[in-house]
Amino acid sequence: MHNFITYYLGAGFLASLISSVLPIVFVLGYALVAMYLELKVSAHMQDRLGPMRTGKWHGWAQPLADVVKLLQKEDTIPTAADKLLYILAPLLVFMGSYAAYAAIPFSPAYIGADINLGIFYIIAVSAIVVLGILMAGWSSDNKWSLLGAMRTAAQLVSYEIPSSLAVLAVIMVAGSLNLNDVCAAQTGWFWNWFIFGKFPFLFITFVIYFIASLAETNRSPFDIPEAESELVAGYHTEYSGMRFAFFYLAEYANMFTVAAVAAVLFFGGWNSPFGTFMSGPIWGAFWLITKGMVLVFIQMWLRWTLPRFRVDQLMYLSWKILTPFALADLVAVGLWTVLR
Amino acid sequence: MNPTARYFRNIGKGFSTVLVGMKVTMRHLFTPAVTIQYPDARMSIPERGRNRLYVNMDDCIGCDQCAMACPVDCITIETAKSLSTEDLGVTSTGQKKRLWVTQFDIDFGKCCYCGLCVPPCPTECIYMTSVFEFSDYDRKNLIYSFITLTPGEVAQKVKQAQQAEREAAAKKAAASAAAAAQKAAQAAQKPAPTPEEATQKPAASTAQQSTSSDSPGKQEDKKMESREAKPGQEPTSSAGDNPHESKTD
Repeated sequence: MHNFITYYLGAGFLASLISSVLPIVFVLGYALVAMYLELKVSAHMQDRLGPMRTGKWHGWAQPLADVVKLLQKEDTIPTAADKLLYILAPLLVFMGSYAAYAAIPFSPAYIGADINLGIFYIIAVSAIVVLGILMAGWSSDNKWSLLGAMRTAAQLVSYEIPSSLAVLAVIMVAGSLNLNDVCAAQTGWFWNWFIFGKFPFLFITFVIYFIASLAETNRSPFDIPEAESELVAGYHTEYSGMRFAFFYLAEYANMFTVAAVAAVLFFGGWNSPFGTFMSGPIWGAFWLITKGMVLVFIQMWLRWTLPRFRVDQLMYLSWKILTPFALADLVAVGLWTVLR
Repeated sequence: MNPTARYFRNIGKGFSTVLVGMKVTMRHLFTPAVTIQYPDARMSIPERGRNRLYVNMDDCIGCDQCAMACPVDCITIETAKSLSTEDLGVTSTGQKKRLWVTQFDIDFGKCCYCGLCVPPCPTECIYMTSVFEFSDYDRKNLIYSFITLTPGEVAQKVKQAQQAEREAAAKKAAASAAAAAQKAAQAAQKPAPTPEEATQKPAASTAQQSTSSDSPGKQEDKKMESREAKPGQEPTSSAGDNPHESKTD
């Protein structure tokens, strides 16, 4: 099956435009849902009610109200800030998170760019986010921002190693870097998913990837870059209004990116869990988004369960636990694949 | 324990404790919230909760005991004596009302909700309600007036009380002057004790007006007034005596 946009519109400019704009429509809608989910999940896990007024029914319009508020807010730039970098940083961060959507196969009939380096591209392009965050922290001319940015850089660089090693183990089994092919390799019932493959090695791989991806999205318990109790808000302390909204959107976009990648690598991506039942281009999008949202929910669940790591604990977890385990896992999966 | 074993043990412990924590939060996700949507839903106020005071003026005898008990002086009471021809009725506890309450203000901006004014009340007419939402934009609006008389009535009652007081004082002065004259007539040589008698009249009239002034120096006056107003205690010490007269002694 091929990309339905190129099928109907050819490979011209219009097709590329629609292909590139389609994910942002999804990201904006998803961000609203995820914001609402986060508010409600956090509230109910703490035995609170959360927003209940906005829009009458259980505060469903709260994210809309938040967005409208952010858009109306005054856009402040500190006088001592490096203006060019300051303005560029949120764009770069969002660009880095959004670019990853190009290689995510939403459905067997839709993938932004069906390139054979899919997952490699996602890992590479996500690294731009670090640059944007460093720029934001440096240009703000604020000690909290700078400290937050330094922590982010250290954290993201450390956790990219276990996450890349984990991805590599799956790639060895699937035999392709193209995420569409990785999905296709898991077709059938849910026991064909890679999370159950080479048991238990790919399951351990999934756990490693999930922990590392939490750290890469700066989510709690790895949110030391924005640790509100010690760093005000970390690298986006000085940002307000629209620019802050970009950071916010980028964080939620990132959450879904890592969740979608985990869904593709370990949970069959757009495959239905029940063989050919409920499968097809539209159901494919449904399954990928559902799996992604479940993983996003688990990220939130962990956020409201665990307290924040200390910096040394963070480094210990990455270098002394995740990396050696990922390496050992890689060797085990590699041997299994070769000696099959 | 050797370091390797500890390393693996720590990892195992880390995972198991995270799962325990996740179980706890998942359980709480489905337990009903402990918070309520306040203006729509309310918690019940404890039976003995101390909130806004209320004064049932039908039962108030103007004894000023609550104002005296108040540690922050937020209660202001002024009274005027009723005429002997007027009948103010009795309270629900059966006490006869003798004073017109011309002012009964409670300043809730000052009130500390200690509840000390409630127990002294002989007729139990001042008590705590369960109303606690009465914030206001202006501090003046927190001064609650409980009197049932209209301003016109208040002026009239004060005036008639003053007049009655003056008449009584004049009568008394006349009587004592007559008695003095009689005494003088009897004793012939002795000069009349005028200076003491002359001061009695103005002193008596000021005592009537200063019933409820807040200055601590007038505390004595208040006590006298309250004793006079409280029917149960009246006949004990100065039976039949005019309290105003005893004050000037």
